[in-house]
Amino acid sequence: MMRHVLRLALAAVLVALLPVLPASAAVPPVAEVVPGQPPSLPQDFGAHPAFRTEWWYATGWLKTPDGKPLGFQITFFRSATGHDAANPSQFAPKQLIIAHAALSDPAVGKLQHDQKVAREGLGIAYAKVGNTDVRLEDWRFQRQPNGSYKASITAREFTLDLVLAPTQSPMLQGDNGISKKGPKPLQASYYYSEPHLSVTGSVVRAGKAAAVTGSAWLDHEWSSSYLDPNASGWDWLGANLDDGSALMAFRIRDNRGGVLWSHAALRDASGKIMQFSPEQVRFTTLRNWRSPHTDAVYPVATQIQAGQLSWQLTPLQDDQELDSRQSTGAVYWEGAVGITREGRPVGRGYLELTGYVKPLKL
Amino acid sequence: MNRTMNKATNNTTSNTVSSKTGVRQLSRWLLGGEWRAHPLRALVAIAAIALGVALGFAIDLINGAAFNEFSAAVKSLSGQSDLQVRGVQSTFDENLYARLRGTPGVALASPVVEIDAVVPGEKNALKVLGIDVFQAAQIAPDLIGVAADDRRFDTLADDAIFLSPAAMTWMKVKAGDTLTLRAGTQPVTLRVAGGLVRSRPGQRLGVMDIGALQWRFERLGKLSWVDLKLVRGIDRARFRKDLPALLGAPVVVTELADQEARTDNMSRAYRVNLNVLALVALFTGAFLVFSTQALSVIRRRPQLALLRVVGLTRRQLLLQILLEGGLLGVAGALLGLAGGYAMAAAALHFFGGDLGGGYFPGVQPSAQFDPVSALIFFLLGSGIAVLGSLAPAWEAANAPLAPALKAGSEDAALSRLGRPWPGLACLVIGALMTQAPPVLGLPLFGYFAVALILVGGIALMPRLAALVFSALARHWPPRLGGALPTLALGRLANAPNQASIALGGVLSSFSLMVAMAIMVASFRVSVDDWLEHILSADLYVRSAMSGDTGALKPAEQRAIAAAAGVAQADFLRVSQLVLDVGRPAVALIAREVDLADPARALPMTDAVLPAATLDALLKANRALPTWASEAMVDLYGYAPGKVITLPVGTQMQRFVIAGIWRDYARQSGALQMRLADYQALTGDHDINDAALRLQPGASSAQVTAALRALPFGALLTFAEPGEIRAISLKIFDRSFAVTYLLEAVAIIIGLFGVAATFSAQTLARAREFGMLRHIGVTRRQILGLLAAEGGMLAAIGIAAGFAIGFCISLILVFIVNPQSFHWTMRLHVPWMGLITVALVLLVSAALTALVSGRVAVSGSALRAVREDW
Repeated sequence: MMRHVLRLALAAVLVALLPVLPASAAVPPVAEVVPGQPPSLPQDFGAHPAFRTEWWYATGWLKTPDGKPLGFQITFFRSATGHDAANPSQFAPKQLIIAHAALSDPAVGKLQHDQKVAREGLGIAYAKVGNTDVRLEDWRFQRQPNGSYKASITAREFTLDLVLAPTQSPMLQGDNGISKKGPKPLQASYYYSEPHLSVTGSVVRAGKAAAVTGSAWLDHEWSSSYLDPNASGWDWLGANLDDGSALMAFRIRDNRGGVLWSHAALRDASGKIMQFSPEQVRFTTLRNWRSPHTDAVYPVATQIQAGQLSWQLTPLQDDQELDSRQSTGAVYWEGAVGITREGRPVGRGYLELTGYVKPLKL
Repeated sequence: MNRTMNKATNNTTSNTVSSKTGVRQLSRWLLGGEWRAHPLRALVAIAAIALGVALGFAIDLINGAAFNEFSAAVKSLSGQSDLQVRGVQSTFDENLYARLRGTPGVALASPVVEIDAVVPGEKNALKVLGIDVFQAAQIAPDLIGVAADDRRFDTLADDAIFLSPAAMTWMKVKAGDTLTLRAGTQPVTLRVAGGLVRSRPGQRLGVMDIGALQWRFERLGKLSWVDLKLVRGIDRARFRKDLPALLGAPVVVTELADQEARTDNMSRAYRVNLNVLALVALFTGAFLVFSTQALSVIRRRPQLALLRVVGLTRRQLLLQILLEGGLLGVAGALLGLAGGYAMAAAALHFFGGDLGGGYFPGVQPSAQFDPVSALIFFLLGSGIAVLGSLAPAWEAANAPLAPALKAGSEDAALSRLGRPWPGLACLVIGALMTQAPPVLGLPLFGYFAVALILVGGIALMPRLAALVFSALARHWPPRLGGALPTLALGRLANAPNQASIALGGVLSSFSLMVAMAIMVASFRVSVDDWLEHILSADLYVRSAMSGDTGALKPAEQRAIAAAAGVAQADFLRVSQLVLDVGRPAVALIAREVDLADPARALPMTDAVLPAATLDALLKANRALPTWASEAMVDLYGYAPGKVITLPVGTQMQRFVIAGIWRDYARQSGALQMRLADYQALTGDHDINDAALRLQPGASSAQVTAALRALPFGALLTFAEPGEIRAISLKIFDRSFAVTYLLEAVAIIIGLFGVAATFSAQTLARAREFGMLRHIGVTRRQILGLLAAEGGMLAAIGIAAGFAIGFCISLILVFIVNPQSFHWTMRLHVPWMGLITVALVLLVSAALTALVSGRVAVSGSALRAVREDW
């Protein structure tokens, strides 16, 4: 869904950019979500350069040979800058590729993370059309002919070499893949998820490789619209439940402490989807954690209610804050969470909490 | 008994004490008395030393400031990079960047495109860098522009430029304004998006997005350099060595140190030659101190002997004379340091760090007092003064007391100077040194040879004078004159040592003058011939005064060639090649050159390959012809017929050196090739300049008007060969103005030497003149005698000075110049000027002798004769 960190940031920037573009320049036509035209797979596994913002967002839980849990996050963002489309230079920064990767290891006690940013071009960074194939130097995320994803990330403190194989069909979010983000018609995005991806591969930590298995969740989302100007951040959850169902929930907060929009969807193992409207979804804080790095206060333990159902989220560890102020500038909490119902563990997922430090800017 | 002994001891102690204070007081009296009596002499000596120290110190400060500032500016462009990868040409294929990023060992790579953008209406270009902000952020964060808070994507915008404060001030723009630069003949309008707050003071710099710059300034597909940060722990030297092979492309891998070496190389010869001028001034100062001290020692010879008699030790006397000279030196050196600092500050303020030489563009250094260099120049200035008074001091301290107490022993005082062997040795060693190669690219042995020949000449002069004047005295035809010439000749032949100061002065001044005059004249005539040769067209057209973004496209070239009145248009394309990492780039000039007759287009030397040989070589090697400038011979070992490979275009290409041509414009070297070859190899069809031949009857004014009417005509600048030549020669004359000043100084030393000699003689010969007057010689006749002696001394000094000066000029023309600047010139002797100066010097010397000697005949004859002890 639309989590996402960069959305606010990029949106704000792009708004700012608009009046700046010279009238004579060939401004790239910006595509918008068209109601009634749902995404079509497999074509839409690939990139959509006509839209301003797009991301592939893989999160999941891994198990090491000694049985210890790890959380991981691999994210590739694509952002159209509004740079003149007529510029034939291979360096023309028409599209930026930004990647974040994080490993959550309770033995380390905090999130290990790394990020990269580059302009698309010269084969160094790209997001290809037609099938998922994104690359930023040696960081790659690629959908194979058999539908599984190959991710290879060499970060400063760890290396991830993972294969994410689908066990279920893709889950079209919102209205057949068009996900509303606010009350206005244009406040929407194209959005599908691939829950219950089975993970195999290896993780290198402190120079030592370990074979891992696990379960992951992939989001692919693209749009040109931006959030309501009053939006200050969002909370998002994607969870693979043990019974084979998949839960997605988000809310968008405004800058006065209220909620602008929210939504949840639960797909059971048979593929039946229950959708929940804004008034049916509620996030309740169970426990706050204050970041020693940024002094931000995050609701790391939360209860989510959707209609008559409710789940409790417990973080794998508290410090899962991703501070990229040195590069892309975003600060957010992206963490592995355990899901329980009435005290019983029922699944595992990832919780994203943004906009708790200050309004995001790239 | 006891009391007596105590008293004696006390006496001894008090005697010692009083003798110490006595010596100090005596020393002060001696100094004060001497300087009060001859303040002018002391002042001139101080001034000469001050001039030498000031020149040397100023040159050092100016260059230091400019070099440091330039290095800092270069460093700020590359940030924290470990290595820099460049092409051998000024740009290289951008796909190498992608390959570099994938090369093992590379941690970060930041691509840069650099241009010198033409600023319409300005003489200077603006350096603009195109950067990838995401890569530069990690290597050279200083280059990242500060965008307005609500326009953070401006660093990626296709129409934005960030300017350093100095660039904003220069072009009178601020953030939010628009700025128009030029690409080819087209204007490029950019928005000033913000500042570069960390740029160096005075550094004029613009930064844009690399993609935007490539597009707007027609550099698609090209990069200027890539800054690399290597993976920690990698063997940098090895990586550097392996990289070109790894990339499979002829790249140049440099470190900051290489760039500094390159900068240093560029200005070193220029700097050292300026320093040599400073040394000439110091030498002048030393000679003046020597003549001042020698004269005062001679004049005070009886007094000094008396001091010895009353108990002053030799050592004390020696120190006294050295102290006198040293104080002159200290005063001169201190004045010189102050003056040098002021000179440096003024020169940096008004002319920039390279004094207009163009070695350090785009920075604005300010003078920083450098204590180490100040100390060196202080020691040099005061040391040389002490050195100058060493011989007189030694003589004064070691003179036998009894004769010294009597008058008339002055000639003996200078006899030490008359031995021939040291002088001959100097000449021989000097001659041998002319055969030595340059040291670190500098003609050090050439300078030593000049100094030795000069010193040797001065040392031999008294002996030479004695020989010549004795011969003259023996063979003087009696019918030619009465007693006076005989007297003058006799005097000169028999007391040559006394004349040595005058001779040394005249000799050194005239020889330096002759040498400099011949060198400058040879250079000027050669440059003039060269200009005439290279400016063979009727009209020159270029599209920009400076910068590398003002090239003319093929369509524009055709329009120029087709303009009314143009018979033929020859186009010129200039680019750069880096053949050696530690040296400045070599200019690659592409233009029409006739294989059979290159001399029609180029100022060839005699080293030209015969057409048949060239043809055979070209065929045998499947090579193209290139013509190398003289600097290429010295710097890269090129020679006619040699086969070389050059990275022109995308691949290595074989060339045959077809000939060597003279180039007085580029001392780092230049290569010429045929335009058609260049275009075939590179695909670059732009040109920088056009040389037009006009149709018979067409005037350059008509053609200029026709070209002005072209769509891009307003951007063109026109020059006629006459104008270019006049401007070039004006620049030449201006840069050699300092040598004229030194020539004037040299003449003054010469006259000073004459004055010193004759002033000494007035004292020594007062009795002689008294006697002459006693026996009926008139005062006028005595003055005539002095003038004749002065004139004859000057004449022999001038004759020898010419011979030595000519030798020195040969060294300057054929050794110093080629070794420093890598160009040769033809010898040209400006006879008229030299003869004029010789005559002026001759007359002045006679007059100086007359004026200095006037005192001797002013007193009464009786008193003069009686004045003997």
